[in-house]
Amino acid sequence: MPNVHQFDVVVVGAGGAGLMAGLYSSRGAKTAVISKLYPTRSHTGAAQGGISAAFGNLEEDKPEWHTYDSVKGSDYLGDQDAIEFMCEEAPQAVLELEHMGLPFDRTPEGRISQRPFGGHTNNVTGKPVRRACHAADRTGHMILQTLYQQCLKNKVTFFDEYQVLDFLIVNRRTAGIVAVELATGEFHTFHAKAVIFATGGHGRIFEVTSNAYAYTGDGAALLLRRGIPLEDMEFFQFHPTGIYKLGILITEGVRGEGGVLINGKGERFMPKYAPTVKDLASRDVVSRAIYTEIREGRGVNSSNYVWLDARPESIARYAAEDGRTNPDGSPYVLSGEQLLAKVPDIIDFCRVYLGVDPLTQMMPTQPTAHYTMGGIPTNKFGEVVIDESNAVFPGLYAAGECACVSVHGANRLGTNSLLDLIVFGKHAGLKAAEYAQQADFEPLPPDPQADSRAQFEKLRNGSGKENAFDITTEMKKVMFDLVGIYRNEKGMQEAITKLDQLKERFQHVKVTDRGRIFNTELFHTWELGNMLDVSEVVAKCALNRRESRGGHSREDFPNRDDSDWLKHTLAWQKNGGVEIRYKPVVITKYPPKERVY
Amino acid sequence: MQVTLKIFRYNPEVDKKIHYETYNFEAQETDRILDLLEHVKGYFDGTLSFRRSCAHGVCGSDAMRINGRNMLACKVLVRDVGGQITIEPLLGLKIQKDLIVDMEPFFDNYKKVLPWFINDSPLPADERERLQSPQQRARFDDTTKCILCAACTTSCPTFWANDDYLGPAAIVTAHRFIYDSRDEAAAERLHILSETSGVARCHTAYNCTLACPREIEITRAIGELKMSMITGKLD
Repeated sequence: MPNVHQFDVVVVGAGGAGLMAGLYSSRGAKTAVISKLYPTRSHTGAAQGGISAAFGNLEEDKPEWHTYDSVKGSDYLGDQDAIEFMCEEAPQAVLELEHMGLPFDRTPEGRISQRPFGGHTNNVTGKPVRRACHAADRTGHMILQTLYQQCLKNKVTFFDEYQVLDFLIVNRRTAGIVAVELATGEFHTFHAKAVIFATGGHGRIFEVTSNAYAYTGDGAALLLRRGIPLEDMEFFQFHPTGIYKLGILITEGVRGEGGVLINGKGERFMPKYAPTVKDLASRDVVSRAIYTEIREGRGVNSSNYVWLDARPESIARYAAEDGRTNPDGSPYVLSGEQLLAKVPDIIDFCRVYLGVDPLTQMMPTQPTAHYTMGGIPTNKFGEVVIDESNAVFPGLYAAGECACVSVHGANRLGTNSLLDLIVFGKHAGLKAAEYAQQADFEPLPPDPQADSRAQFEKLRNGSGKENAFDITTEMKKVMFDLVGIYRNEKGMQEAITKLDQLKERFQHVKVTDRGRIFNTELFHTWELGNMLDVSEVVAKCALNRRESRGGHSREDFPNRDDSDWLKHTLAWQKNGGVEIRYKPVVITKYPPKERVY
Repeated sequence: MQVTLKIFRYNPEVDKKIHYETYNFEAQETDRILDLLEHVKGYFDGTLSFRRSCAHGVCGSDAMRINGRNMLACKVLVRDVGGQITIEPLLGLKIQKDLIVDMEPFFDNYKKVLPWFINDSPLPADERERLQSPQQRARFDDTTKCILCAACTTSCPTFWANDDYLGPAAIVTAHRFIYDSRDEAAAERLHILSETSGVARCHTAYNCTLACPREIEITRAIGELKMSMITGKLD
């Protein structure tokens, strides 16, 4: 059999979670990291604002507050044992990054600098707390670079530009994966005792998104096709401030530094919706507020966007209005030069893509599809759990955005995604290596590449009467318009009907490139199949959940309903459809209560 | 507005030699060049191949020559370059297909400068962060921005002539560590940079600085390293 590689552990994906998993797994087991991108191209690098840890470097803070804020942010759908674990581990995780050389910004005392972020509060006063550790507005870039560098230092084995296609199951245990080498088109079988998926999210199913082209839900989709369920897929985060039309992210850090949202009438509107923390409420709350303003005719030029105002004089004025001061009690002001130092990339994006200078002009923004809260169900060790009783699938692990632990529940707090990558990437790596040390290899199936070959053959031999780009465009529009920030039964039924039609049309797509070398048309068409599978699960889980919670806002069921819906969704692909069941939420210290910011 | 895209094409499985294809279509002034490439791939020729991911200038996948200059296709708009647009692969790296070049030599050079943090001294007694003042942190801020897109290295005339030259990107990475007050391997890295494939090969053409989509002052960084080699000082 050609191209068979044997490793104890294979990590799929080389963003923050995959690199962390690879680093830790390789200390105890022979490990390979495969990725469809060069590791430094991974989407972790686009994360901007920060990674939270309750150091209290600039004011009082504690991990219990971080835990409570995350539970509240999750709209009580997050599993509290896992959230507590993550927030308790946060300071050590961030220190580990610093010890690896990550260049965090510094306080005057030389410690890691911290800034306020949405939903992170002092639990006594309810006011925003400085918890997000940052390196300008490229914190994710620095994490990605630092972890890749550490992997090189520790001689981790990489297979760059290899696209995963299949997960191999033998005797109901992990046997490995199949991947295709982009440069040659050759299939490779990775025979492994343990596989860690760290393949990221699927934001590319939506029309306006901050997500990279690579975010097509590959890991989630291929496991779904292999009978693994997905958890809480109806929960997708729309970030309040994307660049108008393009969806490029403008970090919450801009509001953390004092920027405010302004409607078309020139009014600051967040105090109406979140009287205490205002512009720094949770993302779901702010995104809904923006949409409400737009629907009620207060968008800019009666259109579907609002302003983000971070001009120094505005920051000073609103800080005075809010009574915000520096740690030493002096009035909070920020010069243009300081703003440029704190969020240089944001200013660059606005200048390049909009021709707008945020130092003197307001930024046109609209909510943008940003983060996959749901995903492959895991426990807090990264082990994939496959039913209502949380039974572990031997040798299968997931971490990062593709996974659902669940620490983000119905709505993730800003900065907790980077924390999730570091904490759970590490534990998945440790656990997989530990497993591999005591487990034997399962035999490979007789023809492990058969299904992968068949999938590609089908895409090459379609009738050709449909165009994959048209299908992609229509899918993204259907998902954004009908399964987006606001949802209702009629719209979602329509979305499901349209997705069925798109899936049918997808059968008639034909890849025109007959070559083997970098057949990007073939790979992108295969990714579209993943997005269609994932979209169907998102839409059907959203239709089933008859309440509003966090990022899932039903116009026909506007309230949270804890008596019927305080539970996680599990969805399986079965008999050409989606089967939905539910499992309980873990509640330890914080009984659900009304969520007010 | 109407745009004319003239794109370098080469598919080693089909083409005996390189050629250019021209595509005319309607586009917006605010479209990214990457949007145009996607359009061509979707509706004119699915075989057109190029790398891309983040689409907003932070992942470094889509560096290419646009009207003769190295840029990220996702960070240049039609209004920046006008309606007549020629797109070609980066120079100095082997063309694998269309706009895709072999990045391995580029990353091999990166790996030569010990591109990782080195400090084998014990941690502070409280096991917290190694302290660093805001001024010390600012010293190497500029070179932390590098996304390894290769726009600089493949714009350098020295690199075109000698592919054993480390190139600006690898030197930028060395700079990021050499001036980090917490790192302990500056001498070792300076030694690597002082070898014949190192900074002495820089003839200050400034192409790298002009090409960098992250606006890193690369030529200045190389100059600082040359100075440190002479003086032995790291300020």
